[in-house]
Parts: sequence; C-alpha cells; structure tokens
Amino acid sequence: MTTTLYTSDHEWLAIDGDVATVGITDYAQSQLGDVVFVELPKVGRTLKKAEAAAVVESVKAASDVYAPISGEVLETNDALAAEPALVNSDAQAAAWFFKIRIADKSELGGLMDEAAYKAHTA
Amino acid sequence: MLARDDKDSLKRTPLHDLHVSLGGKMVPFAGYDMPVQYPAGVLKEHLHTRKQAGLFDVSHMGQLALRPKSGSIEDAARALERLVPQDIVAIAPGRQRYAQFTNEDGGILDDLMVANFGDHLFLVVNAACKDADEAHLRAHLSDTCVIDSLADRALIALQGPKAESALAKLCAEAPSMKFMDAGPHEVAGIKCFVSRSGYTGEDGFEISVPATDAEHLARTLLDDPDVMPIGLGARDSLRLEAGLCLYGHDIDTETTPVEAALEWSVQKSRRSGGARAGGFPGAEKILAHFDHGASRRRIGLRAEGRAPVREGALLFADSAGGEPVGKVTSGGFGPSLNAPVAMGYVPTALSALETKLFAEVRGQRLPLTVAAMPFVKNTYKR
Repeated sequence: MTTTLYTSDHEWLAIDGDVATVGITDYAQSQLGDVVFVELPKVGRTLKKAEAAAVVESVKAASDVYAPISGEVLETNDALAAEPALVNSDAQAAAWFFKIRIADKSELGGLMDEAAYKAHTA
Repeated sequence: MLARDDKDSLKRTPLHDLHVSLGGKMVPFAGYDMPVQYPAGVLKEHLHTRKQAGLFDVSHMGQLALRPKSGSIEDAARALERLVPQDIVAIAPGRQRYAQFTNEDGGILDDLMVANFGDHLFLVVNAACKDADEAHLRAHLSDTCVIDSLADRALIALQGPKAESALAKLCAEAPSMKFMDAGPHEVAGIKCFVSRSGYTGEDGFEISVPATDAEHLARTLLDDPDVMPIGLGARDSLRLEAGLCLYGHDIDTETTPVEAALEWSVQKSRRSGGARAGGFPGAEKILAHFDHGASRRRIGLRAEGRAPVREGALLFADSAGGEPVGKVTSGGFGPSLNAPVAMGYVPTALSALETKLFAEVRGQRLPLTVAAMPFVKNTYKR
C-alpha cells in the first residue's frame, strides 16, 4: 500500500513501508519548462530534511530539489541522465529522482496529501 | 531587471494582447511585460526557428531616427561617428551596420544597429538602454541632427530558413534583399522599414511597423503554417548558440570592443592609421587594445558533460585550487547542439581555442574547452 504525499516546494514522495520514492510534481515541471539536465544525489548519501538533494535544469534556469524527509539515499533513477525530458513527460511516475530510507516517520507529519497539495497550487 | 516590480508598472508593447491570446507566459523584462515562452515551450520554439521560422516581438527595443539639419546624410553619419567606433560614413544607402556606443573609458554603453535610409539614419537600440541612448544622442548630436524617438512603432523579427518564403508572400522585395540590407518597404500593404537581419544566427528580417498595424501584421505572418510565435527564452538560447553578445551580460561599460572580441565590427578607417582614426569616446584605450592587444578576451566554451554552466560561474585554470581566472557571462543549454554552451572572459593567454578550463558549478569543477563561435553556423544570405 503506497501513500503519496507532497511538500510545499513541489516534491512528491510515494511511501512504501520505510522507503520513499521522491520526485518533483507535474505542477513543478510545468512551471520549470523543458528540463535538460538532472543532477541526482549519490547513493549512500544521508540527507537531512529540507537539504538540497538534487538539481533540475531547464533551458533557462537551475532549480534545487529538497529532501522532503531525512534518510539515506538507496537508489537513483539513471534514466534521467539519459533522458532528462522524462521529467516533463512523466513527472510523477517514470521520472522519479531517488529512493530514500525514511529515518524518522514523524517528519511525514508536515507534508500534504493530494487534496491539500491541489489547494496549495490552485 | 525589474523582476520585483508590480505587473501594473510594466510597459506593454503593441503586441501584448496577441501574446496573451496565444498563451504567452508573461514575465517582466527591461521594464516590459513580455512573453518568455508560449505553450510549445523554449525547446520547441528554438528548434522551430532553426528549422522553419519564428516570429519575435522585439518592440521593447528603441527605434530612433537621426535627421541631418543640413539635409546631407554624411553630416549625420559624421556626427554619429563622434559616439561610435564604427565607420558610419561608409554605410551605403539601403545598408545597415552593427555598432556600439562607447564611453570615455572605452567601455560599451550599448550596442545598436545603424541603417542608412538615404535622407536619415535609422537606429535600433536595446530596451534597457534606450532612454539613456536618446539622452546621449541629444547631448552630443543636437547641433547637427534632429533626433526622433520612434516610440509609435513596433518591431517584429522573423527568423529562420522559412522567413524569406513567409515574408515574400507579403513583400515582393524581400527575397532580393541581402544580409544587412535595410530600407522602407511595404509589407502586406503597410508602410514598414525592413532589414535583413536579426539576432539568432539565422537568416531573417526585422520589420519596423506602425504600432497601430502591428497586431494585424503579426497575425498575418502567423497565419503562415511555417511561422510560430517565439518568446524571449528561445531568443536568448538562439543568440547564445550564435555567439552573439547580450548587452548587460556579455558586454557592458567595463568591456571594450576588443576585449569583447568585436574587432570585426570596427572598420579600418576608424583604427590607428585609418582615414578617420579615433574621435569616439574612449578611443585612446580602444585603439591601444587594437594596437597592443587587451589583457582579457571574450571566449566561447563547450562543456564535456550535460550540466549547463550559467552566467556568474567562476572559471579556473585547474581542476582544484587556485584563484579564478575569469567568469561566465552567458551560459545555458544549446537546444540545437543538445549540449551546454557558454561564453565568458579569461586572460588573453588562456583564450586560445582548445584551451582546457574548469567552471565551478555547485562546488564542483566541470571541465570546459575554449571553442569557436558561433557554436551553430550562421545562415545569413550574404
């Protein structure tokens, strides 16, 4: 059973047990425009919640992606290196950025569900 | 930039309603509310311009007429030569030339286009500089010229390999124009000034049109299936691939034309030993740069990886340690090359093609190579 939560900085995280898959929202990609480069964290790196974890570059600008939760990076999505445009075409599925082992589930408390996120971006 | 300004204080071009109706994403630029992109997005707009034709609203730029009080165009040309290092006298009627206003330190106040329209000179200057440019012209040339700000005109750039065929349907003379030809022509029955120029590296035209006719003309051009509206985002990536300077970024009051690698734009007649050598602001320093070289120089840069290297990134000679040797002044992703491109300044000793440099991006040193510009070969109809 997967639960998807959202941050006010437009990251999504799909939670399955103590592992979360993280990406940026479809709303975020539509605001960024054509994505041409994605820089991902190293596997094994320990991220603190709200720390800059990845970078998305559109033709015009670079934007930080923040860790929505603290934990260790377990895996990153190699497909994004070869095809950054996946972020534009499938932001909330194929274009996931990294998987993280959730260090502290209490940190999930401040995140939004889909309805709250929709209201946030309305 | 006026990024924080209230939307309401932003000026609008005569094509503003058209941009909004086409779904343009409007952003503040040089005091104007301008489309940065349309729904197609920067990448598609860029590639469409390289393959077919793009229509750009550049009405925010300044248009000026210099009319000689004596009636002799040569008097206006000689007067303008007091402000720019270019040979203006030699611009034949119906021709245009790229120029720069310089300051007493040899720096660049603005870059501009100067056309000879037979009885007067027609100037196009940058939006952010246009008020200062007009004041500069009035302060220095009012004795010889009447200076008219042509604020009631819009400016449309039509760029790309299909620009000629698209414009030919509305302006029979368009195909016979060569690169940098400029003059009054009727387009779709409207009295316009047309030049075969632009700032994308592509063949194309700039069309100065009365503000009241601008939307009609733009819509008529957009009716052509080859023509697509293009925003400022793609304009910037196109001019970067073309190796062209953006004022306020790649050139400014601190850079001389020689440092900026714009020697080609300064004709021999104005250089040391020329028929009308010097006589423009900062001539001593600029001519010294011509005669003895400048200590730094604008270069093109290609990256090995895919990470764009942006404006402001520091450049280093080594992969670790050492002081910065220069700085990136424009950089981003080149959609036609599917690779990052940048330009910046380094000491002349490090400016040779193939020189290896490093740019600091997010704490890492990314390897770069000094590369020839333009990055994408231009397709001007000479």
